[in-house]
Amino acid sequence: MITPLCWIKDFVPDLNCEASEFVDAMTMSGTKCEGYKRLDKNLKNIVVARIESIEPHPDADKLIVCQVDIGGETVQIVTGASNVKVGDLVPAVLDGGMVAGGHDGGPLPEEGIKIKAGKLRGVESKGMMCAIEELGSSRDVFPDAPEDGIYIFSKDSDVKPGDDAIAALGLDDTVFDYEITSNRVDCYSIMGVAREAAATFDIKFNYPKVMETGNNEKASDYIDVSIEDKDLCTRYVARVVKNIRIGDSPEWMKKRLRSAGIRPINNLVDITNFVMLEYGQPMHAYDLKTIAGNKIVVKRAKDGDEFTTLDGVVRKLDSEVLTICDGEKAVGIAGVMGGENSMITDDVKDVLFEAATFNGANIRKTSRRVGLRTDASAIFEKGLDENNAYAAMERACSLIEELGIGEVVGGRVDVHDELPKEKHIPFEPERINEYLGTDISKEQMLQYFSRIEVKYDEASGELIIPTFRQDLLGFADSSEEVARFYGYDKIPTTLPKDSAQIGGLPFKMKVEELASDVATSFGFSQGYCYSFESPQVFDKLRLAKDAKERAAITISNPLGVDFSIMRTIPLNGILTSLSVNFNRRNENVRLFELANIYIPKTDLPITDYPDERMQFVLGSYGDMDFYDMKGVVEEFIYKAGLKNRVKYEVSDRPYLHPGRQADICYDGTVIGYMGEVHPLTAKAYDMAKARVYVAVIDMPMIVERASFEPRYKGLAKYPSVSRDLSMVVPKSVMAQDIDDIIVQRGGRILEDYRLFDIYEGEQIEEGFKSMAYTVTFRDSEKTLSDDDIGSVMKKILNGLKSLGIELRS
Amino acid sequence: MITDNLEEIRQRALKSIAEAKGLDSLNDVRVAFTGKKGELTEVLKGMKDVAKEERPKVGALVNETRDAIERAINEAREKLEEQALVARLAKEKIDVTLPAKKQEIGHRHPNAIALRELEDIFIGMGYEVVEGPEVEKDYYNFEALNIPADHPAKDEQDTFYINGEMLLRTQTSGTQIHEMEKGKLPIKMISPGRVFRADEVDATHSPSFHQIEGLVIDKEVSFADLKGTLETFAKKLFGDDTKVKFRPHHFPFTEPSAEMDVSCFKCKGAGCRFCKGEGWIEILGCGMVHPHVLEMCNIDPLKYKGFAFGIGLERIALLKYEIDDMRLLYENDIRFLRQF
Repeated sequence: MITPLCWIKDFVPDLNCEASEFVDAMTMSGTKCEGYKRLDKNLKNIVVARIESIEPHPDADKLIVCQVDIGGETVQIVTGASNVKVGDLVPAVLDGGMVAGGHDGGPLPEEGIKIKAGKLRGVESKGMMCAIEELGSSRDVFPDAPEDGIYIFSKDSDVKPGDDAIAALGLDDTVFDYEITSNRVDCYSIMGVAREAAATFDIKFNYPKVMETGNNEKASDYIDVSIEDKDLCTRYVARVVKNIRIGDSPEWMKKRLRSAGIRPINNLVDITNFVMLEYGQPMHAYDLKTIAGNKIVVKRAKDGDEFTTLDGVVRKLDSEVLTICDGEKAVGIAGVMGGENSMITDDVKDVLFEAATFNGANIRKTSRRVGLRTDASAIFEKGLDENNAYAAMERACSLIEELGIGEVVGGRVDVHDELPKEKHIPFEPERINEYLGTDISKEQMLQYFSRIEVKYDEASGELIIPTFRQDLLGFADSSEEVARFYGYDKIPTTLPKDSAQIGGLPFKMKVEELASDVATSFGFSQGYCYSFESPQVFDKLRLAKDAKERAAITISNPLGVDFSIMRTIPLNGILTSLSVNFNRRNENVRLFELANIYIPKTDLPITDYPDERMQFVLGSYGDMDFYDMKGVVEEFIYKAGLKNRVKYEVSDRPYLHPGRQADICYDGTVIGYMGEVHPLTAKAYDMAKARVYVAVIDMPMIVERASFEPRYKGLAKYPSVSRDLSMVVPKSVMAQDIDDIIVQRGGRILEDYRLFDIYEGEQIEEGFKSMAYTVTFRDSEKTLSDDDIGSVMKKILNGLKSLGIELRS
Repeated sequence: MITDNLEEIRQRALKSIAEAKGLDSLNDVRVAFTGKKGELTEVLKGMKDVAKEERPKVGALVNETRDAIERAINEAREKLEEQALVARLAKEKIDVTLPAKKQEIGHRHPNAIALRELEDIFIGMGYEVVEGPEVEKDYYNFEALNIPADHPAKDEQDTFYINGEMLLRTQTSGTQIHEMEKGKLPIKMISPGRVFRADEVDATHSPSFHQIEGLVIDKEVSFADLKGTLETFAKKLFGDDTKVKFRPHHFPFTEPSAEMDVSCFKCKGAGCRFCKGEGWIEILGCGMVHPHVLEMCNIDPLKYKGFAFGIGLERIALLKYEIDDMRLLYENDIRFLRQF
C-alpha cells in the first residue's frame, strides 16, 4: 500500500512533520511504514520555460539553440531534442540546478546530476530542457510525455513561464510505502491510512466533501438489480450517469493519481481509480446500452461457462465463480474484471456504476481459479465493509458532478440484506491495565478510542465500533488499541511473577545432544538436510519396487518432484551432502545428521499423524573404514548407558555393499544398520571412486533404553590374569561367534577380551584364518589361582573346538 | 697392617671413582670395592686375624672407609646422571615449528549452535523444551490458532499439503495448542522445530527452516512481562548493551501482537549492511495469547492469560555468524561447517 503525502493531507490538513518522523510514528502506532520516496529528490531549480525562438546550432546538425522565457527573463538553452516548437512550455533546469536522472530512463543515480551553464559545441547554454525521465518520473504516469524528447506542458494547463515546474508536475510530494496487516482491511485505502495518521498525531481528520447528487429521475427506472447468490454478494449499489463527456481529468486529480503510481487515462476511468484508492472500494462502470433488459443479476456461473474479460482473454468459469449478468448474459466476473461485451468505449453515452461487496474468500478462490488477479480482486478478497460501498458510490457521483462529466440520475438501486451494524463491546479499563501491565486512566483510554471514531456509551459501559473496523471484536482487540496509542515503548518491562519453575531439555533431546557430542568427538560435522526429497531417491538406493520404504507420504503441492515425498529413509541427505563435498574435492569428510524420517502408520494417504522417527546418521569417505565406523557407533551406544553387548547381524540392504553391511542389534532388536555404500549407489551419487561408509541409528530405540545414571563399581583390588589364544579358525566362523563363546563361557571372572591379530594367507591352510585373542580374567574377591583360570579356559577351548577352531601350537 | 691397607684401598677407590667415565664404569668400581666380592669385603674377611681388642677400632675404620667410598660413588653417580640427562635432552631437540598432526573434532551446524544458545537462555529462565509434530493437522496449524478455513493468513503462508486434513506445519505455533490441550497449567515452554513453506530455494529463502516457539500461560501474565522476558532474552543473546523495540503487528493468534527489533549488534544502531542502514533488526513476532485461542483449548481467559513468541532460528544464525546465503545451511560443505 502506498500513499502520497499530498493526498493524506487532503484528509489531515494539520499534518506537519518530517517524512522520517511520520514513518516512525506511523510504524509505532501499528501502520508499518516500510519507507518513503521523495519524488523531488535531486530536483532543484527547475522552472517552466516558454520557447520564444529556435535557431539551428552553427556547428552541430543535431543541436538547436533556443531562447526561452523563464519568467521576465530570456535565456539561451541549447538542446538536442527535436520535439520542441516555438510557444511550447517546458520544464527547464537552470544553472546550479539538479535533475534526478538521464533522459534514457535508466536507474537514477543516488546523488542526482548537477546542471551548470556552459558551452555546447561553442554555443552558450544557460540550462537544460528536461525529459520526464530526467525528472525521475516516467511515461507510465505521464502518458502525454513523448517517448524520446522534452516534456511539454499541455495547452490546457495553467502554468506560465517562471513557475516552479516541480510543483506544476506534482513532483513536490513524498510517497510512503506501508505493510498493511490482513486484519486492517480499512487501511488498504488512502482514507484509512489518513485516519490512522490523524489518530497517531492526535489531529483532526476531515472526510472528503461529498455532495448530494442526482436529477429528479429515478435510477430504478433505468436499471433493475437482483442478487441470486446472497452468500457471495452482500450489497450491490447501482447508479446511472447520463450524457457522459469523456475527456481529460483536471490536473489536480491527475497529480493525485500519478503520485500514487496510477496512469491517468480519462475522466471516467480516473474517477473509478481515484475512488478505489481513496475509499478502498473498487467500482465498475458498464456502458448502459450494452446491458440487456436493463437488468443486473448477480449469480453463480455454470460449470463450463466461458467468458471474455475486457482484456480480451477467454476465461473458463464454474459454479463457484460469481458473475454479474444482464438480462441475457454475463457482463463481468464479480470483483475481478468486467467483460469485453460491456466495456466503456469512447462513444459511451450512459453509464451504469457499480459499487458492491463480495465474499472475500470466494473472490480469492475465483481469482486463483480463473487465473486473474486484478487491483480490484486484491482488495475485494480481503472482505469489504458494505457501508463503505455506498459511501464510495456517493463520492464517485459527487466527483462526476464536480467535474461536469455527466448527469447523475437521482436515486440508487441498493440491494442488500441486513447491513452490518456498529458492534458494541464492553469497555474494561481495569482488565486492560492488568492485561498490559500498565496504569492508564480510563479517560486517557477513552481519548484514544475517540481518535479512531470509537464511541463510548456511558450507560451501558460499552464501546461502539464503527463498521469499517471489522477487526475490533472483543476485549483483546480493545486492549491493543489502547496499547498502540499509549505506545508499546511506554509499556513497562517486567518479568512474570510466576512460581520459580525449573526448565530443561527433555530426555530425548539429551540423548540427541549426546549423539552430537560423540559424533563431533570422532570428527563428524553436523549437516542439515531437507525432510522431503524425490521418489527417484528410492531408485538411487536400489530399493525393490515393492520395498516398504517406497510407501512415503506425498506432498500434494510440492515445489517440484525433487521435494515431493517425505523421507522414509535418511540416507539421501547424507549421501547428497557427501557427494557435494567429494565433487568439490574436500578430503576425508565425516558428516552426521540428526533428523526425522516419516513413517506412515496406516495405508496411504495418511489421515493421522505419521511416526516421526529421529535418525542418527553417520556418513564418511576417506580415512575411515567399516571398523572405525563401528567404533563410533558402539561408543555412542555405550555412552548412552546401554550396558549390554552390541551385536551385528549380516544384512542385505540393497544400497549397501553385500559383503560389508550389518544390522546393529541390541538385546535381539535391530536398532540400526551400517556398512559400505554399494558401489552402484555411490555411483548414483557421483561418488563412484569413493568408499563411503554409513551408519544409521534409530534414536527412539536408544532413547527407550538409555540411562544417564552411572553406578560406581569398586576398583579392582586383586590382580588380573591374561591368557593369549592363538587359533586357526574356519573362514565361515565370524569373530562374533568366538566372542559369544568367550563371553558365555568366561563367566563372571571374564574381564576383557581383545582380538589382537588376524591373518590369512601363506602358512594358513586354505579356508582358514589365524586369529589371536588376549583374554583377561579377574575376580573382585580374590586373587585367581592357576586352577581357576585353567578350568575357565578349558570351557572356552571346548566351546571353540565345537566351532571347528583349533588352537595353534 | 690392615689399617694401612684400608687407607690404600680408599685412595685407590676414590681415584677410580674420579676416573669413571660413565655410569657403567662407575658401577664396575662399586662392584670392585664394595660389592659382595669387592676388596673391602675381602678385608672384612681378614678381621678374624685381627686382635680381639683391636677389632672394634678396625671395624669402625672399615665402615668409615666403606661409607666414604659409597658417598663418593653416589656423588659421582648423581653427577654422571645429570650429565647423561643433559646429553639426552640435547640430542632429543626437535623442530617445534614442524606442522601439527591434525586432531580434528567435528563441528556443530550453525543452526544447532544458535539453537543451543537460545535453549540455554530460556532454560535458564525456567522454560521447558518440548517438541511437536512436523507433519501436522490443519486444526493445530491453523484453526486452533484463530486462522479459520477462509482466512487470508492461510494463503500468506504457502502451505505444503499432504491432503485436506494433514499438512507440513508452516509454524511451530501448533505446539502451543498441543501443550495447552494437555491441561497442565501453568505453562512455560519453548518448542524448537522444523517448519515448511512453499518458498523456492534462494539466498534468503528455503522451503524448510526452523522456528522456536515460546509460550507462557499463568494467572498473572501481562504484556509488560512479555516485553521484559524478550528484552532479557535479547540482551543475553546479543549482549547487555542491546536495545529492543516493540512494534505493533498482527498475528491471528495473539492480540495485542508485536514484532520485536533489536538494535543492530554489528553497528550498535549506527546503521550498516546487516541492518540495511536502519540500526534495527527484526528478530521475532510475539503477543498476548488471543482469548479465543485459550477458549478453544478449554482455558478460561478470565482466569488465565499468556504470551507467546516465535523466533526464526535461521534468521538468528545468519545474522550472528554473518552467513550471506541460506543455501549454505543445507549444502553441508565441510569447508563451511569447519568455520563453526
